[in-house]
Order: sequence, then C-alpha cells, then structure tokens
Amino acid sequence: MKYISEFRQQDLAQKLSNAIAQAVDPDRHYRLMEFCGGHTHAIFRYGVQDLMPDNVEFIHGPGCPVCVLPTGRIDNAIQLVERHDVILCTYADLMRVPASARNSLLKAKANGADIQMIYSTQGALKIARDNPDRQVVFFAIGFETTTPPTAVAIKQAQAEQLTNFLVFCNHVLTPAAMQAILDAPQPVAIDAFLGPSHVSTVIGSQPYEIFAERYTKPIVIAGFEPLDVMQSVLMLIRQLNEGRHEVENEYSRAVTRQGNLKAQALMQGVFELRPQFEWRGLGLIPNSALKLKASYADFDAEQRFDMPAIQAGDVKGCECPAILRGAKKPQDCKLLGTVCTPENPMGSCMVSSEGACAAYWSYGRLRALTQIAT
Amino acid sequence: MPNPYTSSLNIKSGKVDLSHGGGGRAMAQLIDELFIKHFDNDLLRQRNDQALFTVPAGRLVISTDGHVISPLFFPGGDIGSLAVNGTVNDVSMSGAKPLYLAAGFILEEGLPLADLEKIVISMAATAKRAGTPIVTGDTKVVERGKGDGVFITTTGVGIVPEGVNISGNLAKPGCAILVSGSIGDHGVAIMASRENLQFQTTIVSDSAALNWLVADMVAAAPAEIYCLRDPTRGGLATALNELAQQSGVGMVIDETQIPIKSEVKAACEILGLDPLYVANEGKLVCICNAKAAECLLAVMRQHPLGKDAAIIGEVIADGHGFVQMTTAFGGRRIVDWPVGEQLPRIC
Repeated sequence: MKYISEFRQQDLAQKLSNAIAQAVDPDRHYRLMEFCGGHTHAIFRYGVQDLMPDNVEFIHGPGCPVCVLPTGRIDNAIQLVERHDVILCTYADLMRVPASARNSLLKAKANGADIQMIYSTQGALKIARDNPDRQVVFFAIGFETTTPPTAVAIKQAQAEQLTNFLVFCNHVLTPAAMQAILDAPQPVAIDAFLGPSHVSTVIGSQPYEIFAERYTKPIVIAGFEPLDVMQSVLMLIRQLNEGRHEVENEYSRAVTRQGNLKAQALMQGVFELRPQFEWRGLGLIPNSALKLKASYADFDAEQRFDMPAIQAGDVKGCECPAILRGAKKPQDCKLLGTVCTPENPMGSCMVSSEGACAAYWSYGRLRALTQIAT
Repeated sequence: MPNPYTSSLNIKSGKVDLSHGGGGRAMAQLIDELFIKHFDNDLLRQRNDQALFTVPAGRLVISTDGHVISPLFFPGGDIGSLAVNGTVNDVSMSGAKPLYLAAGFILEEGLPLADLEKIVISMAATAKRAGTPIVTGDTKVVERGKGDGVFITTTGVGIVPEGVNISGNLAKPGCAILVSGSIGDHGVAIMASRENLQFQTTIVSDSAALNWLVADMVAAAPAEIYCLRDPTRGGLATALNELAQQSGVGMVIDETQIPIKSEVKAACEILGLDPLYVANEGKLVCICNAKAAECLLAVMRQHPLGKDAAIIGEVIADGHGFVQMTTAFGGRRIVDWPVGEQLPRIC
C-alpha cells in the first residue's frame, strides 16, 4: 500500500534500532513522552518497544480525545438525550466510555435513548436534514485535528438554515495540555517529547517552540507510523546527547511550521477560548478548550439547553488520571485485567484503541508475560 | 386442479401486506407463486409443514443461522445468497456433505414483492449451485417498522463421511493453520455499500458456499484435518481465538503470509479497522496435521474458492491460549478477541 507500507518496513526498523542502540549513552536513562494516543497505539501494535534499548522509556501522554474527556461531560450528554428528547450523534469510540452510576452512551441507547453512531460530521448533518422535527446534537470531541470538520459542519448548517442541528462542543487544545503537564505541581520526569502528528498538520510546529525554549525540552513532531516513531526517537536522543532543545519535524511530509492556515482560520471564525475546561487526569486547565462564538449561539447545545456542569468522580482504584499525566503506567493499575478489561472498562483509557490501557492490554501484555516467564 | 386465485401475484408493483402472513389464501398464493415456483423441488411441492426424506447411513449434522444484513442487496450478493451460503458453510465445517435446507422468512409489511422475488431467485440459484435444495420453510409478516425488509433464518442438515472427525477442540501443538483466501472482503463490501459511509471500492463480498471445496479437502486428507471454521463475524482473529480456546492451545500466525487484498487494506486504513477482524462469508480456516499441510494447500489452490489459500501459522502449546502474530514490522503481538461490535448487521 503506497505511502503506508514504506513506513512499516522491517529492514529499516532494524537499521534504526541499531542506530538508536549505538546513539544512546549507556549511563543515561531517556524518558520520552509520546504525546498522542496514536503514537502509543503504534508503539504497542508494532512492538516498537522490543526494538529499543532498555534505557529508552516511553511515557504515555494525554493525547487521546476519548480518554481526557471528563465523566461529567458524558453525563451531560446522556442527560441531554434523556431529558430533552434530542437525537445524539456520536463517534463510536465514545459509546462505551463509563459515565456515572455505571451508565454509558451504549447502555443509555439500550434503554431507549436515541443515540446514533456516525463516521463523520457529515453523517450528523444528514441525520438533522432527515429529521427536521427533531433536535439533532453532535457530540463534538477531539483535539485540533477534529475541530475544523466541526467548524465546517456548523457553517454548512448555517448556510442551509438547518436550525435543528446543534453541537455539544468538547474540543480541546494540545499546547495547553502540554503546558499543564510541564507546569504540574509534581511534574513527571520527562526528558523530551514525541510531538503530535495529526494535530500538528493543523496547528504547525511553531506552537511547540515556546516549550522547547522555556522548559528546555527537545520536541520532535513524529508521524504515527512505526518507522516515524523510531526515527523521531533517534532525533530526540541525538538532541539530548548534544544538549540541544529544539523543535524538529520528522513528519515533514505532512507538517509545516505554520500548519494549515485555512483550517486555523475556520476554527478562529467559529470557536473561541473557554476560560477553563476540565480534563480527566489533568484537572481544570485555563484556556485549554473551545466553545462556539456568540455569533453561532444558535448551534450551541450548551446555550439551547440547560446543561449544568456535573462533577463526577472516577471509579475507585482506576488509575486513568495518573496514567494520563504520565505519572503511572497501565500495568501499575490494580484494576487492569482483573475488573477492568476492554469488554468491561472501568476507565476511559481502556476504551479507546488510542488509550494506553487498551493498547497495553490488547498488544503489550504478551511482552510483560514473556518477561515474567524468562 | 384449476388456479384457485382470481389473479396472479402482482410481483412488479405489489408489496408484502399483513395478509401474506395470515395463513389464508394470500399466504398460500405467496408460497405457491414465489417460494415453490423458484425453490421448486419434489419435497417442497408436497406442501406439507415438514419435509420427509430418507437419511443415508452415517452421522447427521444440523446447523442454523439467522440473517439480518443491511443493506439487503450488496456488491457480490444479497441476503438470499448469504442465507444459503452461511448455513451450507456452517454444516460443511464439520466435514459434512450438506443435504437439505429449511428457510424461515420474517417479512416486513411494505416490502416490495419484486425485492422479495429477487431474493428468492438468488436463494434458489445459490442452493442449486451448492446442491442443497430448500425443502421446507415458514413465512411470517410483521407490521411496518417492526422489521427491516426481511430477515431470513436457514437451517441445514448434512452427513459426515466415515473416518472424518473435525471439531474445534481438536487443534494440537504443531498443527498447521491454513486460510482459503483473502480476508476482509465481505465486511469492506458491506461498509462501502452503506449509505452513511461515503467511499467507493471495487471489492465485492466473497459470499460463497464452501461445501465443494471442503469435499475436495476431506477426500484428499480425511484423517488429517482437525478443525474447520468459517471466519464470519469478527473475522479471522475471532475464529482463531475461538479455536484456540476450544482446544486449549495457543497459535502463532505470520502477518506477511495472510492474504489480504490491497483495496481491503486501504479501506481498513481509512476506517481505522484491522482486517483481521473484518467479516468473511466465503473463506475457511483449516487446522491440520503439519505433514498434510502442503498437500491440502495444493488441493485448496486447485479449487476456485481456494486459489489464494495460504499456510499462515502454527498451533503452539500455551496455557494463556493467546493467538500471537509475528508482525510484518518484526515485532510480535497478541491478536485478541474483538471488543464490542465493529459493524452491526454484517450478515
């Protein structure tokens, strides 16, 4: 498959593996946070860790949109569909995320709530067109990657005078999360970052420069294919060894310094900053999320309906919050594999395929078992 | 006997209504002019509520399968051909020669009779190719909105030849794992034909009856085939996990040996799916004595439905019952049970 298989070649992986092994300082430990769930998924799915020397450690970051959405927002969505008789349109991976009181969108749907799975914002628009007598709410989540399509959908709805189309906006911003991790009261030891892949196609590599400078952390924008991850690790190790802290771009086939200006303009036209937003694991982060501008209030579910903020805790013992901060690993959680499995997730990190727990459980636990056995 | 009906069924523009399931003359006419006309065989023409036939010596196999696929017509097949192939394959995976089928129809009020006829004609042709006549059946009609066009349940019976002993619990360490052709075609074809997924592909469903392929394999190595399974919902990954669990063994498969069409790979990349979990309707997994693997592979490749067959891995001893895969990238990972529903109403 053109442009995919080139980045999954075994012989190149072996060469990169050797280059990394030669580049590392044996007396040093390298703690690299892969920011995105896409990276976490690639690391586990392709066994990238097996090709790394022992002193290169991956710390899984918060870049999984489903994982960082706080439980209260899922509760809000369920209330919306149950109390206001709307059609709620959602991407499939939100369906199984645990809500309060052992509920979830999937269970609410089984109980009669009109929740429909869609594959794109266009699917939600179609449902709105097909059901003119119903209010149709799109449950919008995600980082800067999925925000422009939401903006397009809102503009389309406006142009079509589709007044029954609404957005429950939960879009969040990557640089704010990176800052929160670095500014945490008890910061996790991180030497360098594998920077976001798809997000950076939109926002560019420039927004990370301040982190490289102010916090002296090397950052390499890394693609999601396994060879991208390995090449980026090599670039980070070289920076660390040479005492540099720069933003470098491994994913140059898709990311520029400025990013996608048209997409940025779209987002700025439709959305504005929320003063603060709650992230699972990271708590309240100022200026970290978007809401619809006043000029698009007609499409804002939070303005159309009464949606009070809901404070909801995580399941007792669930380590999702610490895992999302990079403070713990999936295997540190006592619930993992005992009560929390992909079939019966207790926390969001076990739900999304980008979640660290799901990736570890689906692909990585073999490695742990083999290590125990030997 | 004169024609008991005042006028013939209006197939061209008529629709299924509640009377077609009411047990009266309208239902009798639907059965006569649609089902018996196309399924046409001696047993069905007797018009009994059951089919009576003599059973050859040997062990009898029975299997049943409900079909609720959406859409009813898709590239490479329709719910009718799928309903026949699905049950023929389930019977065949015991190594049996399938003999007869029964079919239960749940029709939704308002279904165009022209669509129903297309489905029935497709079922008749598929059953003829498989050599498994539909000898008895049932028709019910539900109100509009209580079904989705048509649901079809088929039941099949077959006879297992002497000396053949095939079951999901017989895989042993050292056995070879074979697959009869490219995986994921059916699932991708269905996804592409759903209206809410806007992408186009040349992939068509692989829906096919595997009984003749199985007959060739069983004839070539009757005592060396231990397990057969058609990897339908949940795909190859699920079929292998089922067999590993039933047999209490592990498996290691080699990603580079698994046949997958490049169009299927591309569609799965776009949709974020893993082809190992995508449905098939005309493929089988065979676990056999490693010594017979090459011979069986050659036999399979001579059959049109097995021309892309491949040896994809081996059975190992493993208390965890893991299915592992050596990846094309050089690592090793678990190929786990699927979680939830990747795509509802795929068959």
